[in-house]
Amino acid sequence: MIFLFYLLSAIMIVCALLVVFSRNPINNVIYLILCFIAMAGHYILLNAQFLAVVHIIVYTGAIMVLFLFVIMLLNLNKAIIFRKSTVTRVSAVVTGGIFFLVLLAATRQTFEIHAKYPFNSDIGLVSGIGKALFGEFLLPFEISSILFISAMVGAMMFGKKDE
Amino acid sequence: MELTTLLFKTIFLFIILLVTLVVAMYSTYAERKVAAFMQDRNGPNRAGPFGLLQPLADGLKMFMKEEIIPLTANKYLFILGPSIAMTTALLTGVVIPWGDTLTIGDHVYSLQMADLNIGILYVFAMVSIGVYGIMIGGWASNNKYALLGAIRAASQMISYELAMGMSIIALVLTTGSLSLHDIVAQQHGMHWNIFYQPLGFFIFLTCAFAETNRAPFDLPECETELIGGYHTEYSSMKLGFYLFAEYVNMFISSAVIATLYFGGYNMPFIDQLGLSSNAVTFIGMGFFFIKIFAFIFLFMWIRWTLPRFRYDQLMNMGWKGLIPLAIFNILATGAYYFFTSLK
Repeated sequence: MIFLFYLLSAIMIVCALLVVFSRNPINNVIYLILCFIAMAGHYILLNAQFLAVVHIIVYTGAIMVLFLFVIMLLNLNKAIIFRKSTVTRVSAVVTGGIFFLVLLAATRQTFEIHAKYPFNSDIGLVSGIGKALFGEFLLPFEISSILFISAMVGAMMFGKKDE
Repeated sequence: MELTTLLFKTIFLFIILLVTLVVAMYSTYAERKVAAFMQDRNGPNRAGPFGLLQPLADGLKMFMKEEIIPLTANKYLFILGPSIAMTTALLTGVVIPWGDTLTIGDHVYSLQMADLNIGILYVFAMVSIGVYGIMIGGWASNNKYALLGAIRAASQMISYELAMGMSIIALVLTTGSLSLHDIVAQQHGMHWNIFYQPLGFFIFLTCAFAETNRAPFDLPECETELIGGYHTEYSSMKLGFYLFAEYVNMFISSAVIATLYFGGYNMPFIDQLGLSSNAVTFIGMGFFFIKIFAFIFLFMWIRWTLPRFRYDQLMNMGWKGLIPLAIFNILATGAYYFFTSLK
């Protein structure tokens, strides 16, 4: 199990770095897909089968297909080098650094959280997630579904702009 | 895991793989025979008795052809495309319960590789990854016909996945489980889901045709408009992989339809025969394969009967026809269970 964890983590980190450093948009998307699949592997190691499969269906099977679809439609098969102004670059570096600090602070807290909530192997299965979503987190769940509906209606409105 | 179980699983895995490939191989033969029958011809009858060696001859031909990779193609992705198509097609077979339990000595073995508690979603996930084979291959060819085929394939599969997922939700409402093993076990004794979810079955069947890119939904390869669609530039065994993956997909989706809606390995009146459990398992497995072959025949029958949809008709049917129907089906199923639970 530990070996699998390190293997998946290595694949994920390498793919994530390649997403950033690769110049070809299609390659970026494919490395991101690999990254997502490796993440699904992590979910399976935590016995969260439902999360793993939903992760693959939603991210790999739907969102990344749309990404790839758009890139193919625009036919961006040449490597693009972005030229940005110095202000944009500096601000991007500063924002990225601050975000990294926040992530670091969040990961430091996980040790305390982990002690408070010990690992429950049923938490990622269908029944566990269902009970959590429709019991403890019912209100956030319903609010996010309203958000989805409004996003869908908004997309329809954009599509119908010409008429 | 015990050593005997491990050994059994390994052997069983190879048997599944072999059976899948052989069935897919002879589906190509059956397709040509069915087509010939419907068009009042003889069909392949030169290689071996009744032309039975024709699939082997075709395979050999595919291997012997010269392999051409276009100069302007993206070489790695060009090879990756057919590999993904074939791998994802073969991966789905592991969650399908091919039979009940088999008793050898003291051990009871389940004739299902992996009883995931989200088996039905696993099938769905593999289907959704399968799009990449076509998309990547079509894009990497660097050919406008291949690109058009790939884009058509992607939009078609995204559109029909939605309706397919919704028909599965209605089915899950009836069964109360996502595990294919439980779903089949519940259908014992003619409680087949087709009687409880007839509308869901028709939606699922239509979407299965669209997801396997079979006629009347074979827009991605549509030879009269796009030459060969996404596999225009492919030759040799890479083309063979694409064509073969379609037949593997057809076999697996027939198996999934039979499992979800037609009771899987369950057979009517099997309890009244008074046979030993191993005999029941084998008869059930045979009956399951009869159901699968019936669906494969249905796939072929429709291919050689119906003309291809036009592209806008396809999209209209998916978004304006099947999705509202599937939502209605979910609502109706939910309302039924809500009101029956009130009493």
